[in-house]
Amino acid sequence: MNLQADASRGGATPGTDVSKSGLDAIVVRFAGDSGDGVQLLGNQFSQETALAGNSLATFPDFPAEIRAPTGTTYGVSAFQINFGSRVIKTAGDQPDVLVALNPAALMVNYKMLRKGGLVILDSGAFKDRDIKRAGFNVDPRTDGTLKEFRVLEIDISAQALEIAKPFGVSQKEALRTKNIWTLGLVSWMYDREMASTMEYIARKFGAEDPIGKANLAALKAGHAYGETHELSGDVVPVSMPAVKFEPGTYRLVSGAEALAWGLAAGANLAGLEMVLSSYPITPSSPILHILARLKQFGITTFQAEDEIAACCAAIGASFGGKLGVTASSGPGIALKTEAIGLAISTELPLVIVNTQRAGPSTGLPTKTEQSDLFIAVFGRNADAPIPVIASHSPGDCFDVAIEAVRLATKYMTPVMILSDGYIANAAEPWLIPSMKNYTPFKVQFRTETEGFHPYVRDPKTLARAWAVPGTPGLMHRIGGIEKDYNSGNISYEPANHQKMTDTRFAKINNIADDIPEQGVEVGNAKGKLAVVGWGSTFGPINRAVTNMRDKGFDVSHIHIRHIWPLPRNLGQLLKSFDKVLVAEMNQGQMLTLLKGQYLIDAKGLLKVSGQPLKIEEVTNAIRAQLES
Amino acid sequence: MNVTVQPDKLTAKDFASDQEVRWCPGCGDYAILKSMHKSLADMGARPENTVFVSGIGCSSRFPYYMATYGFHTIHGRAPAVATGLKLARPELDVWIVTGDGDALSIGANHLFHALRRNVDLNILLFNNEVYGLTKGQFSPTSRVGQKSPSTPMGSIDSPADPCTFALGCNARFIARGIDIQAKELSVLFARARDHKGASFVEIIQNCIVYNDAVFADFTDKDVAAEMQLHVKHGQPMLYGKAGNKGLRLDTQTLKIETVTVGENGVTAKDILVHDEKNRTLAGLIAALRPPSFPEVLGVIYCDPAATSYEAAVATQEAQAKSKGPGDLDKLMRAGNTWSVT
Repeated sequence: MNLQADASRGGATPGTDVSKSGLDAIVVRFAGDSGDGVQLLGNQFSQETALAGNSLATFPDFPAEIRAPTGTTYGVSAFQINFGSRVIKTAGDQPDVLVALNPAALMVNYKMLRKGGLVILDSGAFKDRDIKRAGFNVDPRTDGTLKEFRVLEIDISAQALEIAKPFGVSQKEALRTKNIWTLGLVSWMYDREMASTMEYIARKFGAEDPIGKANLAALKAGHAYGETHELSGDVVPVSMPAVKFEPGTYRLVSGAEALAWGLAAGANLAGLEMVLSSYPITPSSPILHILARLKQFGITTFQAEDEIAACCAAIGASFGGKLGVTASSGPGIALKTEAIGLAISTELPLVIVNTQRAGPSTGLPTKTEQSDLFIAVFGRNADAPIPVIASHSPGDCFDVAIEAVRLATKYMTPVMILSDGYIANAAEPWLIPSMKNYTPFKVQFRTETEGFHPYVRDPKTLARAWAVPGTPGLMHRIGGIEKDYNSGNISYEPANHQKMTDTRFAKINNIADDIPEQGVEVGNAKGKLAVVGWGSTFGPINRAVTNMRDKGFDVSHIHIRHIWPLPRNLGQLLKSFDKVLVAEMNQGQMLTLLKGQYLIDAKGLLKVSGQPLKIEEVTNAIRAQLES
Repeated sequence: MNVTVQPDKLTAKDFASDQEVRWCPGCGDYAILKSMHKSLADMGARPENTVFVSGIGCSSRFPYYMATYGFHTIHGRAPAVATGLKLARPELDVWIVTGDGDALSIGANHLFHALRRNVDLNILLFNNEVYGLTKGQFSPTSRVGQKSPSTPMGSIDSPADPCTFALGCNARFIARGIDIQAKELSVLFARARDHKGASFVEIIQNCIVYNDAVFADFTDKDVAAEMQLHVKHGQPMLYGKAGNKGLRLDTQTLKIETVTVGENGVTAKDILVHDEKNRTLAGLIAALRPPSFPEVLGVIYCDPAATSYEAAVATQEAQAKSKGPGDLDKLMRAGNTWSVT
């Protein structure tokens, strides 16, 4: 059988190579127990795929539990990758191939597989007890459950055990090589070079470690199994041609990595050292982990006692003349709000990273959502505006972080970056930027004593002077109490409070003059329908709009990066369309914002299932809008 | 308000800001403020290198009255803000001014962590056993039975002892003083400033409006000598008008008792000698309370750690930098990359 052939998609026939089939993308989903190493399997396969020159997008989909009871459906961890010889924009609506390492993984995932898709399952994990625990009454391999799919059963457990045992590892350790064995098999299926995985294994375990040797053997064995077994008559390896990318050096990058590096780059461009102060929280913690290893860049990381302290310490660092940064997710952001208000009142630079997750409260910590737009833009006591910027893909986090640092330091204000769990964990091929292509925006601390008071402002940006402790002659006091516009001393004067509130508002509002005008991603700047998105819904919207335009529909894609203040021309642009559809993973927060700002009759495509938006969902919504 | 020319020798006046002090007339805070102005001048501190950080409450207005750098933050969070400041600028002389509500209620968590981490901060807790700024509610240090707007039938909360709390947080410098004892306070301020690591000073402070005379049983002039024990390292713990009252340890019960030298066979040898490096002793004497015992004042505990928090942070950063400064272009190109031509 051909692994990907599907007459409805590519017109391929069984036994043909994909290069002849016309198929230009494949979606593979790996699933197993949370202790099976599925994320590692997915990440390594992504590396191999990226190095082969394919375009790709990934979607790690894992439970909040670190090690749920073995064999349960809620302990299933999955990793989806969409790769191809054309530019890939999403992790794929439907898997073509599902690799299920136990019955629970099959139970959770088989329904999302497309008809005619391939299921590879570890038959060694299908014991009666495992099947029952997964919630199947009868063995799904025998009762027709999988009749719409092609099924390839391999006793991966036994294969892994047999290969690993001679290295003197325990039964448990031997069995744990089954993810690497599977990687070997899948690497054979898609004609992947395994050198990067071999290096990874050597680096992780050391060349002489028995577990490392066992894993290396398992990798080769999985590959050899595909080559030599009868399998080869039935499953044909597929070689996906490389994508014609823009010239340059590429790597895979996750949103968390690009964001952390972007913060480091931003601080560098501002000529500042950084203090990142955070409290562990899913899915934001990787930013803390990455920056903790970058001390040589003048980055201090501080794991604070709680979210409030994390934000306050970042503010203290900014007061001291470094770039204060704090990173968290929804519940943590809620805790930081009072401190963010202090940074607004004292007009200190502060970058707040919000890697959004499904809520409210604890919600679904490992699942994605875009429901913190309101808390970002409005979520503080009193009139307390801050700029808000959203990244739309893993790689985009780099530039968004730099822009956040630029605005925070230029305007002396907190800035919130909105990322989300999907962007943070997903990876994509990334054209590595060169720092020489970025214009520095070096911060000038105030040293001139003449005419100084702490709230003396730049007439153009309205930013107050940044005078740091240790500077002779500029001693001053700041704080959360309202300050006199002309002296910076405490003031309870009614007219002064009006003036200071107006000034804080104008300062943030004026940033709209310092950001790009809103463009159109795909399509015309006017027409029948604009699909508006922000953040991680970029991929599905972009693909859906492109597909529908190919079919002759008059639809455009507008994607908003600067959530607050909004680009100056956005209202006019939206009014150039007959209809506006806002697609977002919440109950209509951007929709409400745009309606309120521009009094437009926009409609929403709203989804909060913890899963990314699908291309098909956007396509259907576009059709419904244009055919109604 | 900004001094542009610094004379070499500064006076108390050089540390006072031009802002009108707005505490209630007769508030103990005035005396502490005055002591601080003078102490900083005497210590040779520089206003530009000195920062006062505070939270919310009456005491937390303190920074506005100092001609130094100052940050009046939010309720309870001064230790967190100050920790960030010290991480950014370890060379600065950073003081925290807080109260019993700010430090031990809403901000107890942050105080705990600043103390256990041993951040080089000088933390002054003005303890008046009441919420003043919000008009008189009981605080975490209020005594059982205290009547207040929120406890009309009297407080039923068991009070916290600030110095015992600090000791439990592994603070390495703990001292206690009284608002109006300027001379003694200035010694404590100097010792706190010299101490590398977190220094904790409880200042008994009288709230004239909401809790007046709550400390009168040991601060009133006529009882002061009999009810205050000013401890000094290496000196016997003696007090009283005649200087013949002292503390003795009952080695059977490990309890402190008050004795009089020359009575009941008690000799000078029986009196405990203060050892400020002895943590066990610090715990015993910090918890003593009038009327059964004298109030223990002075440096109760001082045993500096090998390093402060920010010094340890700096050591790790220096180690990381010893291999050369970071290069972002290199960092992003490390690991698996591929070229497209």
